[in-house]
Amino acid sequence: MENYYNPEDLKKFGKIGEFQKELADKFFDYYGAVFAEGALTAREKSLIALAVAHAVQCPYCIDAYTTDTLEKGCSETEMMEAVHVSAAIRGGASLVHGVQMMNKAKELSM
Amino acid sequence: MKSLKAIGHQFAESSTQIKSLHQEVVDVLKLPTFQEKLANASLFPLKTKQIDTLQINVGKMCNQVCKHCHVDAGPDRKEIMTQETMQACLEALKRSDIAIVDLTGGAPEMNPHFRWFVEEIAKLGKHIIVRCNLTIIVANPKYNDLPEFFKQHQVEVVSSLPFYNADKTDRQRGQGVFADSIKALKLLNAVGYGIEEDLKLNLVYNPNGAFMPAPQDSLQKQYKRALLNEFGIVFNDLFAITNVPVSRYLDYLITSKNYDGYMEKLINAFNPVAAEGVMCRSMISVGWDGFLYDCDFNQMLDLTVNTAVKHISDFDNEILSQRNIVIGEHCYACTAGAGSSCGGNTI
Repeated sequence: MENYYNPEDLKKFGKIGEFQKELADKFFDYYGAVFAEGALTAREKSLIALAVAHAVQCPYCIDAYTTDTLEKGCSETEMMEAVHVSAAIRGGASLVHGVQMMNKAKELSM
Repeated sequence: MKSLKAIGHQFAESSTQIKSLHQEVVDVLKLPTFQEKLANASLFPLKTKQIDTLQINVGKMCNQVCKHCHVDAGPDRKEIMTQETMQACLEALKRSDIAIVDLTGGAPEMNPHFRWFVEEIAKLGKHIIVRCNLTIIVANPKYNDLPEFFKQHQVEVVSSLPFYNADKTDRQRGQGVFADSIKALKLLNAVGYGIEEDLKLNLVYNPNGAFMPAPQDSLQKQYKRALLNEFGIVFNDLFAITNVPVSRYLDYLITSKNYDGYMEKLINAFNPVAAEGVMCRSMISVGWDGFLYDCDFNQMLDLTVNTAVKHISDFDNEILSQRNIVIGEHCYACTAGAGSSCGGNTI
């Protein structure tokens, strides 16, 4: 194995059931249900998935949901705005802990 | 940008394309051929149903040079249907009960006999579709009255607009095409297209890259909302079409290193239900020189119909209605997912 991530491995995702079929089947059934049209459209869910893919920094998910959002008719502007939502939440998550730092600093300081 | 033919590209030869596609499926991907897939679905040989459409390609000349064009059309293409061949088409139409005549190109309006041809077809009481690229309407003052002309003959206008913004559209169809398309759509709306019941204006979406089209219904809602809100434009239906790996699009797939992934995706998305509804089962395609094909893609690959009747001048509805359709690996594009045809999804 030369790399931890291989693009070809994404195609093998469905084969995780080889080692534990029952749980894999449950997962893929759930996965399919999550991404079906519901109160949110499949297109909206795909953009959310693209944002989350960046938050969890999963290369497989980024490839998969870049393709999927394009196939759902999203523009590149919409896709990048989704990525910025991810970045804003991640950045905000760091910054909001600044309050904790401030609290502790004030606690320790005169 | 010049046509593949003008630059002497290897894919200007149809046999090179057919060979490349077959090698890709069999030798590179090691996946079933289209014929094998059809056989597994009990659909081989693929037979015709009743022919309801005569699609006529009146020439390869076009004012645009789109990156994905399967016709390899452009200003440097001089192949144009003669009035004599058009007359043979009219004679064939008189002898058959074909109800729909679908005119395509190139930009069909650039054929000098186009208006005469439309008028003669209209006299036969046929429903006429013109695949108008929109920009031709504003390309030259002599075309500015096309919306009125179309209206006069109740022509159904079907026009490519690969996205509802300039960026994506212009990357595929050329700089400034989106702005001109919007101008043309406004002119069509102004005479009642997309508004009046008998003046149909349908748009065509095709992906601007190596991916599958969006679901037609969802995309139509997006288009309607965006075009109305931003430009005040209305239209009837949106047809989502899968790009067929032929000519310039085939070249794009190879040069962008997307050939393997795209073909694999098409093959894995083979849908027997979509295969049952493919457009070639209910149409005949006529080339600029009068030769007959199962569809416009077969036409560009020089795959004439598999019957003794090969030319419009010998048109025989009965013989052509019982033909086996000529297939190839490019056909995978029409049977993937929800299916694809000149009228959009087939299921």
